[in-house]
Amino acid sequence: MTTVVFAVLAVLAVVSGYAVFRVDSMARATFALAISFVAVGGILLLLDLDYLGLVVVVMMVMEMAIMAVFMIMYMMNPAGLMPMSMWHDKARAMSIAVGTFVVLAAGALLVDWPERQGPPPADITRQVGEGIMGAKMLSMIGISAVILATIVGALVLGAARGRYDRLGDDLKTSPAADPIPGGVGR
Amino acid sequence: MSLEALLVLAAALLAIGLYGALSQQSIVMLMMGLELMLNALIVAAGAFWYYVAPQRPDGQVLVLVVVTVMTIEMALGFAVQTAVFRSDEVELTDDATRLSG
Repeated sequence: MTTVVFAVLAVLAVVSGYAVFRVDSMARATFALAISFVAVGGILLLLDLDYLGLVVVVMMVMEMAIMAVFMIMYMMNPAGLMPMSMWHDKARAMSIAVGTFVVLAAGALLVDWPERQGPPPADITRQVGEGIMGAKMLSMIGISAVILATIVGALVLGAARGRYDRLGDDLKTSPAADPIPGGVGR
Repeated sequence: MSLEALLVLAAALLAIGLYGALSQQSIVMLMMGLELMLNALIVAAGAFWYYVAPQRPDGQVLVLVVVTVMTIEMALGFAVQTAVFRSDEVELTDDATRLSG
């Protein structure tokens, strides 16, 4: 039973992942990617990783919803109305991808992987919780600093004009250099 | 279901993501290729946790780290795309040639 479910989810993940780059609309591509992520979340559930599987499903569905907004902003082919090619250098990309797959799959099948060390713990979610609050806390502290840097970086990159554009390098320009002056003209 | 089967699945997802990242013209679609490659990492980390070292939390923490990397990649990728589009009106990788040469 587990094998059948795994096979279905694996095929679904791979086929919808490939569909992302073959469908002719970027909105459809977003949904295909979401299906691929949900299938991977299901595979995590099969591995008894209940918490992480649900986290992946919930996060990726939300992420694809946000992605759809940006997708519409930068869409090349709105609603698939304009038949056009979204590819470049397809043959070389395909040969590189197939070569990568052959090498990695050969490694996965030929390497003598180590034996399993003990059964999973009774409470798997408790294990990851105690991990990130104990032995693995440093990685979580690192992540929190990186996320803060991401917020700052994304705002700096995304903002059209900041206070240094308005008020000069010493922040003392008066009145502020705005394209449309404010006030009521008195 | 076995470690080998899961790793082959991860290899397939990574190869498809690489194909997408290399072959797509749109910067947004290129980022979807990167996401798919990180998706493969989630499968591989979960597989190693379950089949090699289920007694230790390392594999689970690695999955959490990869999920975080995905969101960071999305946020900064779209920020860069917005900045590039605002300054040069570029949405295709072929036109983003500021740093070439």
